[in-house]
Amino acid sequence: MDKIYAHPKSLRNIQTHYCPGCGHGIAHRIIAEIVDELGIRERVIAVAPVGCAVIAYDYWDFDCSEAAHGRALAVATAIKRVRPENIVFTYQGDGDLAAIGTNETIHAANRGENLTVVFINNAVYGMTGGQMAPTTLLNQKTATTVKGREAGIHGYPLKISEMLALLPGVKYIERVSLHSPQEIIKTKKAIKQAFSNQIEGIGFSLVEVLSPCPTYWGMQPKEALDWIKEVMVKKFPLGRIK
Amino acid sequence: MPKVTIDREKCKGCLLCVGVCPKKLISRDKSLNSKGHNPVKFQDKGECIGCALCAIICPDCCIEVYK
Ligand SMILES: Cc1ncc(C[n+]2csc(CCOP(=O)(O)OP(=O)(O)O)c2C)c(N)n1
Ligand code: SF4
Ligand code: SF4
Repeated sequence: MDKIYAHPKSLRNIQTHYCPGCGHGIAHRIIAEIVDELGIRERVIAVAPVGCAVIAYDYWDFDCSEAAHGRALAVATAIKRVRPENIVFTYQGDGDLAAIGTNETIHAANRGENLTVVFINNAVYGMTGGQMAPTTLLNQKTATTVKGREAGIHGYPLKISEMLALLPGVKYIERVSLHSPQEIIKTKKAIKQAFSNQIEGIGFSLVEVLSPCPTYWGMQPKEALDWIKEVMVKKFPLGRIK
Repeated sequence: MPKVTIDREKCKGCLLCVGVCPKKLISRDKSLNSKGHNPVKFQDKGECIGCALCAIICPDCCIEVYK
C-alpha cells in the first residue's frame, strides 16, 4: 500500500496555534508541499508577517525570517539582493500587505523585485481581534464596523492585486481561494507558478488567496467556506489578473 | 483497499473533512482528545476511494491517505 497523501517534509509535525478551520493552516501546508516538490528546501527563505501567521517560522521546516508589521517585502528585497541564489518569498495578511505595508508592497512591486508573494486575504485583522481590514466587504460586520462596513465612512474594499497589476514591474498575479478541495488544488498550482517564476528569473509574482477566518467572521468553519464561495468571490473575482 | 489515517491528537474538530468526503466515511468522535477538541474518526467497510479530498482540505494536516 502506497502513501498517496503524506505530511510534507517541509512542515513540522506539530499542532499550530490557529483556530479550528483557519485557512492559514491550509496555505502553510500547500507551500510546504511546493517547496518539497520543487526541491528547494535548502534554498528557500520565507519572510513571515505580523498577524496570525507571525510564528509561521515555527511551522515551516526551512529558513525563515521575520519582518516588522507590513515590511515583509522590504526585508525580502534585502535578502534576495544579497543572496540572489536563494528563493525568497513573503507570506502576508491583508492588514499586513494592504494597510500598514502598502508602501513597501507597492514599491517592491514597482521595482520589479524577483520575489514571490503569498497574500492571505481573510477580509479582517485576525490577530488583533477581528477589526476591519482594507479588504473588508461593504456591509461586513467586524469589531470596528459593528453595523457593517459603509463606503461613506470606511471607504471601499481595496483591490490591491488589481492595482499592483498596473505596474510594469509586476509579472504575475492570480487570485485563488481555499473554499473547496478543487479550489485548493488551483491555489497550489498558482503558488507553484509564482515560485517557478522566481526560479526562472521572471520577476515579481503574487498570489492572493481568499482564506477563511471563521472566528472573526462569527461562523462555523464550513459556513465560512460557503461565505467565500457565495459572497466574497463576487467582490474578489478569482482567476489570473496579470 | 484505500484507507485514511487521522491524527486525533492534532485534530481540532473543524469538520471540514466530514463535509467533503463523497462517501461520508468521516464523522465526529464523541470522546475528546487531550487538547479538549472533539476529533473526527474514519469508519470504512471498503468504500473509501482514496480521493484524498479530506486530506486536501484539512487545515491541520492530520490526514494521510493510502492506496
Ligand atoms: C507597527 C504595528 N502596528 C500594529 C500592530 C498590531 N497588529 C498586529 S497584527 C495586526 C493586523 C493583522 O492582520 P492581517 O495582516 O490581516 O493578518 P491576520 O491576522 O488576519 O492573518 C495588527 C494591526 C503591530 N503588531 N505593529
Ligand atoms: S483569528 Fe482568524 S486568521 Fe487568526 S488564527 Fe483564528 S481563524 Fe485564523
Ligand atoms: S479537517 Fe482536519 S482538523 Fe478538521 S476535523 Fe477533519 S481531521 Fe480534524
